[in-house]
Amino acid sequence: MRAGRRTAFIALPTAAALLLTACGGGDNGGDSAADPNSEVTVFTTEPENPLIPGGTNETGGGRVVDTIFSMLVRYDNEDASSINEVAESIEADEDGRVFTITIKDDWKFHDGTDVTAQSFVDAWNWVAYAPNGALNASFFEKIEGYEDVHPADEGEEPTAETMSGLEVIDEHTFQVTLSAPFAIFPETLGYSAYAPLPEAFFEDQEAWEAEPIGNGPFQFVSRVPDQEIKLTRFEDYAGEQQPQIENLTYKVYQSLDAAYTAVVSNDLDVLDQIPVSALAGDAWKTDLEGRTLEVDLLLSYTLSFPLYDEVYEDVNLRRALSLAINREEMAEQIFFGNRLPAQSRVPAVLLDDPEGQCEYCDYDPERAKQLLAESGYTGDVGITYNSDGDHQQWVEAACNSIANTLEIGCNPEPVQTFNVQREIANAREFTTMYRTGWKADYPSIENFLTPLLRTGASSNDGDYSNPEVDAKLDEADQASSVEEATELYMEAERMINEDMPSIPVFDDKGQAGHSTRVENVHLNPLRTLDVLSLSLA
Amino acid sequence: MGRYVARRLLQLIPVFIGTTFLIYLLVWALPGDPFAGKCGERPCPESFVAVMREKFNMDDPLFIQYGKYLLNLLQGDFGETFSGTSVGTLISNAYPVTIRLALIALLFEALIGVIAGILTGLRGRGFMDNLVLVSTLFLIAIPTFVTGYLVQTVFGLQLGWIAPTVSGNASWGELLAPGFVLASVSMAYVARLTRTSIAENKRADFVRTAVAKGQPQHRVVGVHLLRNSAIPVVTFLGTDLGALMGGAIVTEGIFNINGIGGLVFRSIARQEGTTVTGVVVLLVIVYLVMNLLVDLLYAVLDPRIRYD
Amino acid sequence: MTDPTAAASAGKMETRAQEEITAEGHGARPGGGADDGKQRSLWGDAWVSLRRRPIFIISAVIILFLTVMALFPGLFTSVDPTKADLSLARQTPSADAWFGYDQQGRDIYARVIHGVRASLVVGVLATLGTVLLGSLVGLFAGFYGGWLDAILSRFADVFFGLPFVLGAIVILSTFNPPGTSYGPVRIIFQVIFSIVVLSWPVTMRIMRSAALTAKQQDYVKAARALGASPTRIIFRHLLPNTLAPVLVYGSIALGTYIALEATLSFLGVGLRTPVVSWGVMISDAKELIRIAPHMLLFPAGALAVTVLAFVMLGDAVRDALDPKMR
Repeated sequence: MRAGRRTAFIALPTAAALLLTACGGGDNGGDSAADPNSEVTVFTTEPENPLIPGGTNETGGGRVVDTIFSMLVRYDNEDASSINEVAESIEADEDGRVFTITIKDDWKFHDGTDVTAQSFVDAWNWVAYAPNGALNASFFEKIEGYEDVHPADEGEEPTAETMSGLEVIDEHTFQVTLSAPFAIFPETLGYSAYAPLPEAFFEDQEAWEAEPIGNGPFQFVSRVPDQEIKLTRFEDYAGEQQPQIENLTYKVYQSLDAAYTAVVSNDLDVLDQIPVSALAGDAWKTDLEGRTLEVDLLLSYTLSFPLYDEVYEDVNLRRALSLAINREEMAEQIFFGNRLPAQSRVPAVLLDDPEGQCEYCDYDPERAKQLLAESGYTGDVGITYNSDGDHQQWVEAACNSIANTLEIGCNPEPVQTFNVQREIANAREFTTMYRTGWKADYPSIENFLTPLLRTGASSNDGDYSNPEVDAKLDEADQASSVEEATELYMEAERMINEDMPSIPVFDDKGQAGHSTRVENVHLNPLRTLDVLSLSLA
Repeated sequence: MGRYVARRLLQLIPVFIGTTFLIYLLVWALPGDPFAGKCGERPCPESFVAVMREKFNMDDPLFIQYGKYLLNLLQGDFGETFSGTSVGTLISNAYPVTIRLALIALLFEALIGVIAGILTGLRGRGFMDNLVLVSTLFLIAIPTFVTGYLVQTVFGLQLGWIAPTVSGNASWGELLAPGFVLASVSMAYVARLTRTSIAENKRADFVRTAVAKGQPQHRVVGVHLLRNSAIPVVTFLGTDLGALMGGAIVTEGIFNINGIGGLVFRSIARQEGTTVTGVVVLLVIVYLVMNLLVDLLYAVLDPRIRYD
Repeated sequence: MTDPTAAASAGKMETRAQEEITAEGHGARPGGGADDGKQRSLWGDAWVSLRRRPIFIISAVIILFLTVMALFPGLFTSVDPTKADLSLARQTPSADAWFGYDQQGRDIYARVIHGVRASLVVGVLATLGTVLLGSLVGLFAGFYGGWLDAILSRFADVFFGLPFVLGAIVILSTFNPPGTSYGPVRIIFQVIFSIVVLSWPVTMRIMRSAALTAKQQDYVKAARALGASPTRIIFRHLLPNTLAPVLVYGSIALGTYIALEATLSFLGVGLRTPVVSWGVMISDAKELIRIAPHMLLFPAGALAVTVLAFVMLGDAVRDALDPKMR
């Protein structure tokens, strides 16, 4: 806070100067004046939950958690393949049901204590245990004994405090037993829900929340709510690559537009998203010449059908609607080419050959009309979307495209917030198509299929069910290798696309910009900033 | 005087309770489960929702919830947000910024508005008068969000005269441009109000008397005319300061100012009732107190008014 | 309160109107009881003076024009304002589309024309509601006084203290239960409702103080002595003599309510598609201001002209009704 005091004194003459000359562009208050070069500022939004890895699932807090924690594996910047980080090795048994995880022995938490097998097991058990009410509990549902610590029914008391499927072998080894084989389990372990937690967390959670202690490359220094979270380099960081910068501050912005103007004027160093207003006409590429980057993200936008509503029972109607959406034109006109027209429901980055995955995902007005005629549907359709995200324009455009192609009415129907949208989805009360989006938790095709489309899956809120698809997904889960599993998942996806339970519309592309002060800015396909390679110019 | 103030302060109590309850009622009646969207497209674990509802007393009847809230509030505890941040901290971070912004806006209003008003009011109809009238009409007619975007785009992005967004600590200098935008409409009102008030008082008996007594021009204007014309202007400025401190959602949003307005707007979107109610409680108190102060100022400015 | 537009639309505007009116109250009240015999001539005089003021004529012509536009948009354009052709998105003004096309490829000219209706309906109905509700409550509070006055006044204070845009956002969010699809009428009604609920205390205060003064006048005392019923006194004697200040306030407030509607729509809580409204258009345009300024310019211009017309009218009416300003 000493810096804050000094700021006030510096700011006063600055204010006077501004009054006199009306010229003060690029004044960054006092922070930079206090310590101009060692601190790199990165955009974030205000975390919506305490910074517990198992209790954070939105991007604002996720950015911070990903920086102060290192997981068992991390994801490559280019193709998001998993690379061992804290893990020395992750070995599966023959069935792909029991995994033996050995961790490297030189990792430490920011408070100096060792990262051990126990740190992982305790953390995972804490997140899964129902009375703790952690947001990411369901990530452990595949582990044996999950039902005992987290009963499906709300009223029921858990019968155990720890999952039977987790067993500490020695200080640096633990064993995970799943209730069913899951070949790609190791790939999922880079998600922050699987982070280890230090002793200090279990001793005094409140104190820990005020000053989180992790094992990542940066450690917590201070936080001003709604303004900033200051981190500094962790000297005992055991990762292969040491961070290049000394201090990293996450600056909280209330609007993306505001953050964008800050990065243009070099007040902010890294911004991992570009607002629509700057994407328009590709203005950002001129505003930020030479300091932009683009990545294909593991994020797909879809329009889902409430299959519990009889209107949408007819598969030909669903196919017709999909064929009636001019994705190319929308990507070009609404997003200025900054989103990719979806070729399938899995983002193209994850597929070696996306073509041929989906027969009904192109724009084909003739065929659309023909299929609509076959379905015999003549009424209007609607698309519900939440108006608190940036969805209005593309949903309206999709609706217009449907209306113009099929010559039926299409009404975009906004609901106030995402909360409301989810509430309707959970209650199964949609009577129109509705906007959905899915950002991968871990880079695997499986993540775009099982949670969303398997019978009874947690996020299958269109109530899609096809026993053949379920069987195919089971087969893939039990595959002996990741490659084989991928093949089988792709097969399952083709089967799903025939049924068209939701219309794939776009794959997202990530755009980022940075100031002239920094270089080596990399985002991975999960839009995570690589804080290790980030360096001062 | 003392009794008057005491009575006014007593009257604040029911108003205060009424307003907080009204806001509390409205906020908790907001549609949608605040936790339904916390887990993206996946449903939140029921255990999480149960823990949160318990923590925020959301399963109690409304009156009991409100009672608990009020009880904590009287002990100076504003409660916590869903992310565990103390609402008191949020408010104490945001409020100084809002006060600075409001003061700057008020300064613009008072300086430019009053000067323009005095100039036109004293001179009467003519070119200057028409110019001020027309330009104030235009200021009133253009919504703030348009003015705000124009100022930001032209002076911030294209000319680079001002920082287009305000940094976290929001120094006085950075708040000049947003303050001007915020003040623009009120400035017009102040100008017109001053003009009207002066024009009226110019023909008042006491001014005529002063002139007849042979008092020098500057004394007539300074002591008799301006002082008496100040009453409506001061009232306006006073209530306006209360209003400005209520936060400027649009201006704060455009310039990324971490003030009260933005805090409330976001809290409504997140359905964080504790934050919304806490902030509004504060705003209402400020507003009511400002009104009281303005009434007391009357007595100072106008010798005819006595409170007893 | 909040930003000028909004705040002005409510609090500031109101306080101003109120202040100017109370300032008048220090001296002679417009239409005050002393001039009782010349009551009709006040309005007559006002009309005569109004007709001579160019500002009144200009604003009246604009308002007339806007009214015709709102009633018969078909006279001005035959293009469907909701017809979208994405391939035309953001095209600049041309002979085909005088104001160009918006993001969805809709004709902006047609949308500006069709947008008049929403703005005028909100402005007129919100003003009516505010004036009716506020005057009625104010009249009763002022006439009966005592505990009724105390209760009504404190009740009004509750709403008066609520920051305006904030209150409107909360109200509008509350009255939109999830899952319902609202027709245009319902959305417009909600916006009007929230404006009325949050601004009636101003007219109430104006009316109350006017009624308080009028109550002391000899003719009211006389009527009472003659045994006139309270209702008769209120509606036959008080109302006509207290109408002027409220009318003045109403005519100024109308313009600002229109701007307020635009602000609410801009914030995403007011009108929305399918209603064609200038606020919605401006909100749609804000992201694209750098590459398609025409999307912002035309609706913002239309909005400014409309608000201007009503504020000018209100100005002229006030000057005409205020004997001292002549």
